[in-house]
Amino acid sequence: MNSVLFTGGRIVDPANNLDAVGDLLVLDGKIAAVGSQAAGKASPKTPRVKAKGRVVCPGLIDMHVHLREPGQTAKETIATGTAAAARGGFTSVVCMPNTVPAIDNASTVTHVREIALRNGQVNVFVTGAITQGLAGAELAPVGSLKQAGVVAITDDGHCVQNGEMMRRAAEYARMFDLPLLDHCQDAGLVTDGVMHEGYWSTLLGLRGWPSVGEEVIVARNILLAELTGSPIHCQHISAAKSVALLREARKRGAPVSGETCPHYFTLTDAAVAGSEAFWKSDGKAFADRFMGQGKKPVWPNYDTHFKMNPPIRSAADREAVTEGLADGTLEVIASDHAPHCNFEKEVEFDYAPFGIIGLETELGMALTQLYQTQRMGLKELIATLTSNPARILRLAKGTLSVGADADVTVIDPGREWTYERSQSASKSVNSPFFGWPMKGKAVATWVAGKLVWEEN
Amino acid sequence: MSWQRKHLLDIESLTPEEIVTVLDTARAFKAVGERAIKKVPALRGKTVINLFVEPSTRTRISFELAAQRLTADVINFSAEVSSLKKGETLKDTARNLEALNADIIIIRHSAAGAPHFLARFLRASVVNAGDGAHEHPTQALLDAFTIREKKGKIAGLKVTILGDILYSRVARSNIWALTKLGAKVTLCGPPTLVPKAFEQMGCRVTHCVEEAIADADIINLLRIQHERQRKTMFPSLGEYTSLFGLNPARLAQTRPEALIMHPGPINRGVEIDSDIADGERSVILEQVTNGLAVRMAVLFLVNGGQGPQGVAAV
Repeated sequence: MNSVLFTGGRIVDPANNLDAVGDLLVLDGKIAAVGSQAAGKASPKTPRVKAKGRVVCPGLIDMHVHLREPGQTAKETIATGTAAAARGGFTSVVCMPNTVPAIDNASTVTHVREIALRNGQVNVFVTGAITQGLAGAELAPVGSLKQAGVVAITDDGHCVQNGEMMRRAAEYARMFDLPLLDHCQDAGLVTDGVMHEGYWSTLLGLRGWPSVGEEVIVARNILLAELTGSPIHCQHISAAKSVALLREARKRGAPVSGETCPHYFTLTDAAVAGSEAFWKSDGKAFADRFMGQGKKPVWPNYDTHFKMNPPIRSAADREAVTEGLADGTLEVIASDHAPHCNFEKEVEFDYAPFGIIGLETELGMALTQLYQTQRMGLKELIATLTSNPARILRLAKGTLSVGADADVTVIDPGREWTYERSQSASKSVNSPFFGWPMKGKAVATWVAGKLVWEEN
Repeated sequence: MSWQRKHLLDIESLTPEEIVTVLDTARAFKAVGERAIKKVPALRGKTVINLFVEPSTRTRISFELAAQRLTADVINFSAEVSSLKKGETLKDTARNLEALNADIIIIRHSAAGAPHFLARFLRASVVNAGDGAHEHPTQALLDAFTIREKKGKIAGLKVTILGDILYSRVARSNIWALTKLGAKVTLCGPPTLVPKAFEQMGCRVTHCVEEAIADADIINLLRIQHERQRKTMFPSLGEYTSLFGLNPARLAQTRPEALIMHPGPINRGVEIDSDIADGERSVILEQVTNGLAVRMAVLFLVNGGQGPQGVAAV
């Protein structure tokens, strides 16, 4: 049961600093052996999976996903969201607490975990709120949340504005060894901004969401993490100076970490002015490298599929975020998978909700933009999707160590493919990346030794 | 013929030739407006809808009269009494109007890009009558028309736009129209309302009003929309007036032939001294008159009209 031998793959396991061609044996849902002894330990009846030319790595973890259940199941459910995760190569997702109602009490945590056990195609880890109702005013019952099984606390979607509240939450969470995840956004500086403040917001007449609105909260979080000794993880970093602040803080040992998303290392604010503006400016390098004479994706100006929070920023910010990943300042790639219904997105730019889906394009875009361009090695890139989030959240996942759960992702790093609407398993289609060519793709996803998705 | 467009969404995407075609067509319509019988049958049998999701009086009336002078049937639709208040989306509202076989939808909306959004799925022509802080193309066209009529040219002129640039759709459309036609544009106001990013649109930015107006051929004053703004942009209308208001002392330092323009509505005693608004250098009311001709030209052209020679034929 749930046993399999992967033969002849390139086994990349950053947790064990391993990158070598070999076999991987899974017995009864656990990793049983890696490398030269693996084949010998397999019984003749163990199914074989040829992995020659493929990368075999720990099942990917996305530590920033909105599954929308309970309360917003028109956008996504745990069943559809985890199906999209499986298609994207993810064996574990960490869901955010901004559901309806918010995950700010033990019974809602239990409810979500039960649905996940019943309907989830991959592992679902739950986060709880920092403050009741994500309102920023009163501390959520962090101890009860921990007992109910949350892996972190966060008010994601909102940012705890009150410095004292954030400080006390960090101090309090320390006794449970719970990390804080923060959506870094100073409400006063950002006000009603809808896109990055810069040339394009000026030209388009859209209200700006300035980089400094993120950077001041990153700075605050660094100082509070140092003051309290409690780790604070800065979510979906988009701005250059946020990266610089984190780099400097980590150098002196502050317990902070950062994540970013594929859209921040791929897109820029020029995309809000439409595909023509993007391809002839900030998108030119991508087009030249990966599209050749092929047809480029086309989208209009004010396309709400390019509206997310924080916003996609300038080319300089995109470069800084990429460099932050390359030098290890930003340790995590996550999708911030944020499904919204078509009718919600098909409105004026000002009125559209922030957010895009991303589970199915995350690995492909990361391989295309970071690995194929030689900005990151494969092992370092896979670490941002496996061992690094596992370490930050203290998950016993993201490794191929013997005895670990046999969550395994098989990747074809050379596979050229194009993301199509018809391929999506998500209930929503609010992606900016339909029609984009990518190189590198998950081709099989195994959870506890069981195949949950495979490319046809 | 250099006008093939179905919509007028913004000035940014127009070529200089297209702008000139609108101005030439407007000149022909202005002549029509001076006749005893001011109406022509250019849009007879056509339906024009004024979809004003944001309140407006002068622009709506100007478009309404323009459509009537072209013999179109005009319906005014304002958000206050519409189903948008009941939660209907803009897309559904517009598709319902289109189901009535509207030919031209003129939209005023507080959200930037709303006309572009409509144009993506409507068969009707869409004319932007002002979208948020983005553009107000017919205002820029009537401003350009007025400048050309008064000065005989636009290329080489120095135009200063003074006031709340950040939130101004008039400023953005004027910047595009004037720079495309070869004018040099200077923007002036406090740094909070005139961010440096405008330099990348080809403008000079200064925060010194004396410097901005000294050698200007045209001074275009914008209304300070203090009621719309957060109170962090400048302390008070009084301080704005003392620092940037066009008063007689400042007017005395300008070139004697410099024209004073304002898109209206004016706030007397705030951005402009009352006597200057009514003075001989002011062309504010001529702008209003020209606006009618320009809007007739725009409706005529988006409906497939053939430029100034087409006007002669109707």
